Amino acid sequence: MDLSAISPTLLIASLMVAATPLLLAAIGELVVEKAGVLNLGVEGMMIVGAICGFAVSVETGSPYLGILAAMAGGAILSMLFAFLTQFALANQVASGLALTLFGLGLSALMGQGYVGVKPPAMGTLNIPVLSDLPFVGPILFGHDLVLYIGLGLTAAVWATLKYTRVGLILRAVGENHEAAHALGYHVVRVRILAILFGGACAGLGGAYISLIRVPQWTEGMTAGIGWIALALVVFASWKPWRVLLGAYLFGGINVLQLNLQAAGIAIPVEYLAMSPYLITILVLVILSADKSAAPASLGRPFHASH
Amino acid sequence: MKLTKLLATAAVAMGLATSAMAEKTKVGFIYVGPVGDGGWTYEHDQGRKAVAEAFGDQVETVYQESVPEGADAERAITQMALQGADLIFTTSFGYMDPTVNVAKKFPNVKFEHATGYKTADNVSVYSARFYEGRAVQGHIAGKMTESNIIGYIASFPIPEVIRGINSAYIHAKRVNPDVQFKIIWAYTWFDPAKEADAAKALIEQGADVILQHTDSTAPQAAAQAAGNVVTFGQASDMSEYAPFPRVSSIIDDWAPYYIARTKAVMDGTWETANTWDGIGAGMVGIGEISDRVPADVKAEALAMVEKLASGEYHAFTGPINKQDGSAWLADGETADDGTLAGMNFYIEGIEGEVPN
Repeated sequence: MDLSAISPTLLIASLMVAATPLLLAAIGELVVEKAGVLNLGVEGMMIVGAICGFAVSVETGSPYLGILAAMAGGAILSMLFAFLTQFALANQVASGLALTLFGLGLSALMGQGYVGVKPPAMGTLNIPVLSDLPFVGPILFGHDLVLYIGLGLTAAVWATLKYTRVGLILRAVGENHEAAHALGYHVVRVRILAILFGGACAGLGGAYISLIRVPQWTEGMTAGIGWIALALVVFASWKPWRVLLGAYLFGGINVLQLNLQAAGIAIPVEYLAMSPYLITILVLVILSADKSAAPASLGRPFHASH
Repeated sequence: MKLTKLLATAAVAMGLATSAMAEKTKVGFIYVGPVGDGGWTYEHDQGRKAVAEAFGDQVETVYQESVPEGADAERAITQMALQGADLIFTTSFGYMDPTVNVAKKFPNVKFEHATGYKTADNVSVYSARFYEGRAVQGHIAGKMTESNIIGYIASFPIPEVIRGINSAYIHAKRVNPDVQFKIIWAYTWFDPAKEADAAKALIEQGADVILQHTDSTAPQAAAQAAGNVVTFGQASDMSEYAPFPRVSSIIDDWAPYYIARTKAVMDGTWETANTWDGIGAGMVGIGEISDRVPADVKAEALAMVEKLASGEYHAFTGPINKQDGSAWLADGETADDGTLAGMNFYIEGIEGEVPN
């Protein structure tokens, strides 16, 4: 065993990278659920975002256009869900599951020509002086743009939900859509916008995997991160900062367990492999003891004629 | 009465139809990953395409990809047998018991299970001696490392993978006594994000050579990003990362075997077999050793390939001790296939434990 082989600086820097796709997808889903909609299609939207981002950045040579395309791809796919659940009043659980299956198939089809292709690299934002600082430099200032977007988005979602009128309307729609409707708010419109936002975030998370974290395209490469994002929202009691904490915890312990294995620590590998799931669930369950409930209208369909 | 008659007629008609179509041999494949994984499943699918090309209209090939190992595999294999496949290749270790179970129910269908060891009257097993290829990679790895730390991304603790680690270690150690292996068990055959994270963790801990027994090219991408890290292609050539970081590769070539076995079914000469071929028979290929490998190392590696192919040299030749120091192979003794097939121990010098 040689724990000194593990560098805390590099560990923290790479846990932030590992956590970002999860964070992006979960923060988007949080907004969707706050509006009272349960979209189980996160995995599908992520993988479609991953291939849209990959394909566009390969074709145009610009990773930034790819990032935009990924958000558009995720959002467009989520429109299908929005149509099914908000206009056709289809069951949200079934529609969400269908969206995941559809997204996985669609992405495999779209990605056929992109296997084994290398995407253009998105550089890290090396801020002069700051990123050269010892310890804090690589952690705070040595990352790519999307990672900072993820952090900024968390703060923005938190502030919007807590302090703004838009956030208040969104929460009202999620808590009691009848009342929100009676007050004159357009419930369906608010929900569709939330669904689109969630789709764009999930798409961005997917593109982070295919363009930055891995970076390559292979079928099914999101490998269940969308499902973990869904669980994370629930365990985080629908609170943005807890989503961030959960994502970093999960990403962090995942990276840590790989590092511990490489350092040859004497804990059986099986325990290390399951630790990210166990510890994240455990911590978030303890945190969620404050009994913050789910939005009251979560998963319930709404139609103005009711 | 009428219904029974109808059913009977239908059954006869079906029987006639089936026998009329029986001239066309149907060959099925069950894959563990997507055909576009660029590694293990990709190469099996190349073998399937070779069968289709070799026999043209005489065969029909079908496949199902991304079939999880376990209970669902049994369903997928059964379904393929029900669809009238004459020969079914199940191409992952975890399909072993499902294949045997389904084979009992379909005595007229021939089954071929890759990398397993359970046979039956209608079940053959086949695998490749990848450890021969890993011996070559280990040699190159031991010569190329400057930090003397070699990272190894392992998938599942099964004999196939443990054999690979041991073989690579023996030959790295032989040319570089200071070499040290850092092993990460990923518990997946194919998860690019996890493989990338594992590669990064190994690189951060000083590894400048990464060997992998997982199927994606994510470790190559991570190595490329890190700059000065050597990798090898796994299962397929992964030449898009050549000449560097990928300096050579182990390539699976299933096509000749698949064609031969399909031919045997068509001729009616198919028999249960236990095939384990290596570099000599062409089932294991060594991808081009790139110019980033010094010429003398390349020559040594190629000489080893020659000797392994001709059978002059066995990758597990003593003296080799087990990890606990007990003797395994005496000087000049070579390992027998039975021990190799069930290998569940590290050899002396490797740190850590084999997960149970």
